[in-house]
Amino acid sequence: MASAASKLYADDVSLLMVLLDTNPFFWSSSNLPFSKFLPHVLAFLNSILLLNQLNQVVVIATGYNSCSYIYDSSSDSNQGSDHGRIMPARCSNLLQKLEEFVIKDEQLFKEGSREGISSSLLSGSLSMALCFDEQIYRGFFDQGHFILNLAVTMHAMQILCLQGSSDGPEQYVAIMNSIFSAQRSMVPIDSCYMGSSNSAFLQQASYITGGVYLKPQQPNGLFQYLSTVFATDLHSRAFLQLPKSLGVDFRASCFCHKKTIDMGYICSVCLSIFCKHHKKCSTCGVLKLLSVLYALCFGWVRRITT
Amino acid sequence: MSSSSSRRVVKRVKYKDAVKNPGTPGVLTMVENRFVFKPNDPTSARMLDVEFRHIKGHKNTKEGSKQPPLLNLSSSREGISYIFEFQSYPDLHECRDFVGNALSKATETAKTASERDGVTFPDEQLSAAEMELRMKLLQEDSELQKLHMQFVISGVLTESEFWATRKKLLDGDSRTKPKQRVGFKNSMILDTKPTSDGRIFALKPAVHQAFLKLVPIKMTEKDFWTKYFRAEFLHSTKNAATIAAEAAEDEELAIFLKEDEIVAREARWKIRRVDPTLDMEADQGDDYTHLPDHGIFRDGSKDITELQNEQYRRTLSQDLNRQGAVVLQGRTVDGDLEDPENVAEALMRSRQEPDEGAVQERLDRITRMNEMDDLREPRDHPVAQLCIKDPRDYFDTQQANALKTLDDSRIGIEQKKCSMTTEEAYGSLRESISKIKSIGLKNSTVESEIALTVLNGLTQNISSTKYQLGKNPRESILDSLPNRTKEELLHHWMSIQELLRHFWSSYPITTAYLSTKVGKLKDAMSQIYRQLEEIKESDFRHQVSLLVRPMHQALDAAFQHYESDLQKRAARSAEMPNGNA
Repeated sequence: MASAASKLYADDVSLLMVLLDTNPFFWSSSNLPFSKFLPHVLAFLNSILLLNQLNQVVVIATGYNSCSYIYDSSSDSNQGSDHGRIMPARCSNLLQKLEEFVIKDEQLFKEGSREGISSSLLSGSLSMALCFDEQIYRGFFDQGHFILNLAVTMHAMQILCLQGSSDGPEQYVAIMNSIFSAQRSMVPIDSCYMGSSNSAFLQQASYITGGVYLKPQQPNGLFQYLSTVFATDLHSRAFLQLPKSLGVDFRASCFCHKKTIDMGYICSVCLSIFCKHHKKCSTCGVLKLLSVLYALCFGWVRRITT
Repeated sequence: MSSSSSRRVVKRVKYKDAVKNPGTPGVLTMVENRFVFKPNDPTSARMLDVEFRHIKGHKNTKEGSKQPPLLNLSSSREGISYIFEFQSYPDLHECRDFVGNALSKATETAKTASERDGVTFPDEQLSAAEMELRMKLLQEDSELQKLHMQFVISGVLTESEFWATRKKLLDGDSRTKPKQRVGFKNSMILDTKPTSDGRIFALKPAVHQAFLKLVPIKMTEKDFWTKYFRAEFLHSTKNAATIAAEAAEDEELAIFLKEDEIVAREARWKIRRVDPTLDMEADQGDDYTHLPDHGIFRDGSKDITELQNEQYRRTLSQDLNRQGAVVLQGRTVDGDLEDPENVAEALMRSRQEPDEGAVQERLDRITRMNEMDDLREPRDHPVAQLCIKDPRDYFDTQQANALKTLDDSRIGIEQKKCSMTTEEAYGSLRESISKIKSIGLKNSTVESEIALTVLNGLTQNISSTKYQLGKNPRESILDSLPNRTKEELLHHWMSIQELLRHFWSSYPITTAYLSTKVGKLKDAMSQIYRQLEEIKESDFRHQVSLLVRPMHQALDAAFQHYESDLQKRAARSAEMPNGNA
């Protein structure tokens, strides 16, 4: 039996940031409707909180127009008994916030601004998650709750993206920046992609940060996937064999036409990526050097160098 | 070796056929490409005139041995050698060094000449040291050697082209020659000879000016320096009153005794360049060197002089500052430093650089310093601005394209999505949330059969990937191939990279030379392309093709560019029939 003190410093405490995709256009066309999807997630969040008393769960909604924190287990009052209710108080809190968020997100919608692709603001919610991590480290000694926060600091934070909508290549730069800052602060990004094809962004995010990328074959068994693969804390991952993706889609978006390309030209100065040979780099304006743009295969180069 | 001896060496020697012979006394003269021996006896037939390219080696006796100082130059013709006995070992060493240099030069020119015959492209002349460095690099790096063998020996790239992309490698080792400009020694001139290297002139512009003005006309050089050192002596006495008296008596001496006017002017000029917002008065209040008993006077003595003699006073800190400034400025005088007159004139030339730019710069600086940030107009920068636009601008133009490149299977869904209005979509989302609220969480989120299939699937997936890829998560397909195939692939990849680097850097094609080069590169690339096809047919077809595909793509892109550029140029030359410049 572990004593209370050792439990406090135990390594298997985790802070889980869940990025929940609430893109209405995706969910209205998904095989797994949102009403069936949410119970899986709620059950998963509950089980995370049950795994360790010091575990913390934060949920960020990734909307179409905005992102927002909708749930934080540490600030959850958790008051009142669950008797006579159809669900635990924390779930109803979460749902309440989620509903408010969806309404706000819809209000932000400008009529006619929607065109073609309907991707969520993944870059925004990733940044929010990373900011939360930073905030915890900074606010550690400022605030009174020493013990509780100590446990959180001992944690290892992890981000789980529950994403359904397709990649928005226009977010390529922002997402890559988030990925690299996550890599720097050693925060793994796990991703569970519910869409029909694979998400190149999430594959790269998980690959670079050392997280797990998974595309459930059986959407109805989502909870099983979540609890088997993503419920593991970082300490335990050292001993576990988690699924590895066989291939990673390393394709980048070109800066000129936002096309996803597997081969292109790179500006020799600022490393901007273009799908066609240009006379002048549109990012840094280098005129002369663009004649020596390189043709490169991104995937191959990375595979060789990593 | 001094600079004079590198061009020509003349020594008194004895010429011998064999070591034992007494030898013929005479004079040996060595010049750049040949050596000449003239016997003292003009009637003697032992005169020699040999070019260094006929000499293949040289030997000499060691200093300290019982032998006389002998130098043996062996000719490339069989059995002939020239033996010279020198009068001393220093003579021998000088000649030996000269011969060594001359021989290396001779072999080098012979080599480049023979290379020129074979290669039509312009080739750089290489020193022996550079050749040696390249050889060393090739020996150290077997991959480099392979590439070198493959492309340079087969004539796809020339030697200089090959190394042009590896300038860094070459630079790294060629630090043997000092590139730094030789400056002044950082030692104070308190007791130097008049003009060892023009240092006095550099340090004291007033002395320099006086020298130019006075020396040939009014007084001799000797008198000038006597006066100068007299003044230095007076300064060292520290008696300001005496100095003032002497200065009043002798006009020329006064030049040296007074404060250096040019230095003072320069100092004033520098003060003007100081940021006008900097409050020097306030700063002065911060230090206390102006207080009595602070600061070091020259040679350590502190005396408080009367104000009228202020100009004859020098402080050590002033001297130190001036010395530091001159040392930092460095030596700009070239040429013969032996003659003070030359030095003086050279220094003057170097100082006379026009300074209009500096004046303009000062004005600019003042206006920049004085202007208020929020009042000034936006400044125009001469350099091209970094125009990083809103990233959305890049992408918004062709959103439809991106849609097409996405997975084809999604298209049906996308269309279904598009048919839905925003209200409907949000409405259904809100509906589902309220549905959960009303129903609550069911007892069984996941049916047990599905959970089992998921679990089995995951386990199988994990074990299969483990089987395929081994324990190392980073292990790649490349590692799963046999060593031979792997090495072959890596080598091909390296060659492709090398060729592509040269290929893309030769665009745009402006000269005929570049177009032949590109043609050759293209041929070499298509050869590798075929070789890659062959590798693909091996046992590990699937894995290899995964790795070969990107290489093929890169080559395809190059070929495509080559073809289109060729067509473009053909069209252009057709448009302008006489315009093939």
